[in-house]
Amino acid sequence: MIGRKKLVIEESWCKGCGICAAFCPKQVLEIKKEKVTLKDPAGCILCGMCELRCPDYAIYLVNQEE
Amino acid sequence: MPSDLIHQYMRIDHLPHIWCPGCGNGVIMRDVAVALDELINDPDTDFDRDNIVIVSGIGCSSRAAGYLDFNSIHTTHGRAIAFATGIKMANPKLHVVVLTGDGDCSAIGGNHLIHAARRNLGLTVICFNNDIYGMTGGQYSPTTPTGDKATTAPYGNLDRPFDIALLAAGAGASFAARGDVFHARETTAIIKQAMLHKGFALVDVYSVCPTYYGRKNKKGDAVEMLKWQRDNLIPMNRFNVMTPEDLAGKKPIGILAENDFPEYSEEYQKLIDRFAAKGKKEGERR
Repeated sequence: MIGRKKLVIEESWCKGCGICAAFCPKQVLEIKKEKVTLKDPAGCILCGMCELRCPDYAIYLVNQEE
Repeated sequence: MPSDLIHQYMRIDHLPHIWCPGCGNGVIMRDVAVALDELINDPDTDFDRDNIVIVSGIGCSSRAAGYLDFNSIHTTHGRAIAFATGIKMANPKLHVVVLTGDGDCSAIGGNHLIHAARRNLGLTVICFNNDIYGMTGGQYSPTTPTGDKATTAPYGNLDRPFDIALLAAGAGASFAARGDVFHARETTAIIKQAMLHKGFALVDVYSVCPTYYGRKNKKGDAVEMLKWQRDNLIPMNRFNVMTPEDLAGKKPIGILAENDFPEYSEEYQKLIDRFAAKGKKEGERR
């Protein structure tokens, strides 16, 4: 069975540049106190655009084992 | 804990990296890691962890050799291609990847760049081109556009900029391409093709430096600079079908030159083989 993906944020690596939030196609990310947060977990479509664009490798998808 | 890709190919005890918030270099370094990952996992290539060498010079870009977990060497300013030349000539079986910057490879290292290109030695050069000397405080570089400001050009830069990809092609490189930070997937594919190319391959990757270049020139933050790349750097397949009016001020990204010129280390080996054969013949005659 194929595991579902999950979005992970490594907060200590985030520098708050805002690139992921600006280019998120669903606009579910926001920068709060210079760190990225997932403001709308239900709206995230796990596309991985944030992982592709994050210059600090602070946000990414992992395969979640069922 | 970072993603599998980062964990596998980077020295995570050295991360997070020192680059500024929004710096494009992190994305380019990831593109390089993805390209190498795909090549290592491709059974049709001979790429493996142990036959890849990462060489860098000095500058923001060149920190990447410290972060990427391969055989790596962080050399002196402008000399990355010179060191890489030595490595490739000593062991032509290695895949030598040079990570450099616009200042490192086209100013102080400009001569190494054009002569390695002229010889068509089989190196892959990835230039992290951010239009400025970031590490030393924002001095103008050979790629700073005319009229733009830098700490050493407070009234605007009088020089005309180099186009590094076209410079390499003009100097004889058999592969010259342009990429950018915004088009990360396309740029990764270009980098991969450059790594597979047999002769001298250069990819000029437009980075973004919001801290020095962006702020000094009122180009906005990293997001605004990436939007500029999205709107003005156009993948070749789309560029070729656009009207001249739509193309005003825009530049293509993709492969700009690709030729099958003789590769230098192979030619050198042929010379060695020729003399070895001659020596053997003369030995038999004696």
